[in-house]
Amino acid sequence: MPAEIYLNVAVSGLLTGLVYGLMALGLSVIFGIVRVVNFAHGEMMTIAMYIAVVLFASMHLDPLLMMLPIAAVLFGFGYLLQMTLINPFIARPEHSQFMLMVAVALIIVNGLLLIFGPDAKSVQTSYAFDSFAIGSLIVDATKLYAGLAAILVAAALFAFFRFAPLGKAIRACADNYTGALVVGLDVKRLYALSFGIGAACVGAAGAIIVLIIDVTPPLGPTYTLLAFVIVIVGGLGSMPGALLGGVLIGLTEALAGLFFTPSAKSMFAFGILVLVLLFRPEGIMGRRLA
Amino acid sequence: MIARLLHGVPRHALLLLVLMLAVLIAAPLFAGDYLLTVLILILYFAYTGQAWNILMGFAGQLSLGHALYVGLGAYVTAALYVHFGIGPWVGMPAAIAISVACGASIGFLAFRFGVAGVYFSILTIAFAEFARIGFDHFAWVQGSSGLFLPVANYKANDIVNLRGQPVMFYYVILAMTVVAFVICHGLLRSRVGYFWQAIREDEFAARSLGIATFRYKMYAIIISSGMTAPAGVFYAFYYNNLFPEQTFFIVRSIEIILGPVIGGVGTLFGPVIGAFLLTGLSEGLQNLLTAYGVDAPGVTRLFYGFCLLLVVAILPNGIWPPFAKVLRLDRLHDKSET
Repeated sequence: MPAEIYLNVAVSGLLTGLVYGLMALGLSVIFGIVRVVNFAHGEMMTIAMYIAVVLFASMHLDPLLMMLPIAAVLFGFGYLLQMTLINPFIARPEHSQFMLMVAVALIIVNGLLLIFGPDAKSVQTSYAFDSFAIGSLIVDATKLYAGLAAILVAAALFAFFRFAPLGKAIRACADNYTGALVVGLDVKRLYALSFGIGAACVGAAGAIIVLIIDVTPPLGPTYTLLAFVIVIVGGLGSMPGALLGGVLIGLTEALAGLFFTPSAKSMFAFGILVLVLLFRPEGIMGRRLA
Repeated sequence: MIARLLHGVPRHALLLLVLMLAVLIAAPLFAGDYLLTVLILILYFAYTGQAWNILMGFAGQLSLGHALYVGLGAYVTAALYVHFGIGPWVGMPAAIAISVACGASIGFLAFRFGVAGVYFSILTIAFAEFARIGFDHFAWVQGSSGLFLPVANYKANDIVNLRGQPVMFYYVILAMTVVAFVICHGLLRSRVGYFWQAIREDEFAARSLGIATFRYKMYAIIISSGMTAPAGVFYAFYYNNLFPEQTFFIVRSIEIILGPVIGGVGTLFGPVIGAFLLTGLSEGLQNLLTAYGVDAPGVTRLFYGFCLLLVVAILPNGIWPPFAKVLRLDRLHDKSET
């Protein structure tokens, strides 16, 4: 094999990894702030993917242009979910929340199965087969746009949490629940907002990733697991960690697909997970566990 | 031994149990083929739920990867049977040993390094997925194209090789479920059982009282994984085909835990009641839909989802505890009386 192929695959993995990172970012926001383990994360992404597919099929709207509207829809979904269903569970034991989200996940997967059937759906854009050549490096246009879009959304999110008063208030809830209540923050609403923001992230990621992979209902659990692997590797609750973990897993999967067989690529992602859990359970960028 | 097991069990509880068992034993007399298969499915979930419950319900460690132990049990005995003609009962110890070895390794990795809560759950899923992908590429057991057991139209029942008619499988799984029930009952009131419950309620406090939490959590995962493996043996010989994509899939693990969660985590009757309710209701629903000519994939799982949602939201301790109160069985060392 020529040497360029490694570089090409690595770049492709890196770009896909950025989208993974965006998806995991949503999970990290939800866990870091609301402290709820969103076991329906990948399922929420498939909702976004199906919306993108339907919009493309019916009105020929490009998923990248529809990214923000789809994210907004998912924001609403997440906000309502937190407000109505999850909020009473905030003080319940971890496994109870887990079960609630498993139920939500089951409903989403099978609801989608009922509506759309088991066949894979995809979006065929006009630029699906375009690519750029940078020297000997060939970059797939779709993946480049996907990676750039993911960086853009992630940057907007970082800026929101750092500079916007609302973002600061949300971080305050995460840092000190009681303190946030004492200074008069409406924690319930802020939690719902945070869940909505996490859902919006995964919504944006879904709109982007539909360019790269086909969507079927059972994709949900697989991506939930992938998102968990990424945030645990990166550090549960750490936002830069989620992005870094996404890139790392994306790279690993791409290279493992090249060196071994593509169908065995997730084994390497799980291998990294086990190593991280053993030697640095708080994750690469996570804070040390108490 | 029997006297010790029966000690302190209320008379009416015992009567109820004997009655239930009698009905179940007599069931094949009046149940048709279809009803029998449903009952087999129910008992299968009651068994796996009971085995899972030891780890989560008794010791408080949420495993979401029990399909791993079912799959290992199934694959080990099926491969031994297909390749060497070794019967399931001889293969079962090997299946249990391998399952326990896996469970113990996961437990060791997790409990030694302080991997707990969500992290433990994810680790268990990760190992099940690891096995799924690994078995997909494992040529000796036919990889992703599936392992098939030779099937014939059986006139007689061969209990040694577990080849035969549904009635035989029914009694096998019934016996397994009864044994599991008795073992769990014994465990719950043993020294280990009380240590587990202490760990479940507050691990830190348990350790400060001098309970070797690591060792007892290891016991829990070893017993639970060892007890789950025979379910896999049953699965392999009852269904006669194994696909990694199906046996190890995360949805299988979730199906295992639905019964006990809906019935009541940490209770003896929870897994049984949960299995009856869930499987019974979903089969009923399926029939209703078929009768009306509706062919909708995923409806039963959608139904599972709503059941789970309802129970988790309204009855956080499951269906059994309030039920037990009515039957005045709640002093039967069932937990969750707060």
